[in-house]
Amino acid sequence: MGPSRATPAIDRRALLRGGVGLAGAGLATIALVPIPAAPALAAAPGEVEAAIRALIGDAGPVDGGIVLHAPEAAENGAVVPLTVVVDSPMTVADHVRAIHIVATANPTPDVATYRLGPANGRAQVTLRMRLAAKQTVVVLAEQSTGTVRRAAVVIDVKVGGCLS
Amino acid sequence: MTAALTGRPRLRLPATAQAGEVVEIRTLVDHPMETGLRKGDDGQPVPRDMLARLIVRANGAVVFTAEFRNATSANPYLVFFLRIERTTELAFTWLHEDGRSLTAAARIVVA
Repeated sequence: MGPSRATPAIDRRALLRGGVGLAGAGLATIALVPIPAAPALAAAPGEVEAAIRALIGDAGPVDGGIVLHAPEAAENGAVVPLTVVVDSPMTVADHVRAIHIVATANPTPDVATYRLGPANGRAQVTLRMRLAAKQTVVVLAEQSTGTVRRAAVVIDVKVGGCLS
Repeated sequence: MTAALTGRPRLRLPATAQAGEVVEIRTLVDHPMETGLRKGDDGQPVPRDMLARLIVRANGAVVFTAEFRNATSANPYLVFFLRIERTTELAFTWLHEDGRSLTAAARIVVA
């Protein structure tokens, strides 16, 4: 496994423009990370947006409150580790009820959904996913309060892991 | 032709906990998670063969569910957390898209 790093949430509009603004609290730096060209077999752009809408409906996600640990570069796209940590007290009144993972440049964008609740005590999951090529992975956390939080991370992939 | 659901699920979790402790639970199950998008060595598409979900119950109540989709890796590995208030019987069920299932059980004792 490659080195892990924590990634602050990113701004969606900046993401759509092709750049990533580091909007985490206390961070003054701006990093520009180009979004890699979609591989030929990737889902059409509208398909990613449709997949996200199917997961969270009309909710407007808010960046922040999620830390992602993932390798900057994965040797094997078939097995890319990801840890999602959502800042939540996980009480009956205020908890994360679902975490969705979306791979924006895969042939089909959906990775998984995890449904949790106050019994979990901690809003954290670790998984292994397939990535076809270098791409942005988007994580959405639905909260009991109705808010949806979002974070994203760019992961480079040496050998694609979807169709091989 | 789908893989038989005979793989032994592997669980890693503590045998005991303090009341109120949040414990880490690691799960892994052997399964190819074929999406149906991949071609085999003969150039023919490999038929879809996917686990649909993992359902975790604690003393009978569902406390965690994973819904696996195409980009979940083969041999799905998952780590999550659970707050243990009293001795807890855990039941893990992996459901295949075709309705077959695999189960595993564990107990965390609160002294």
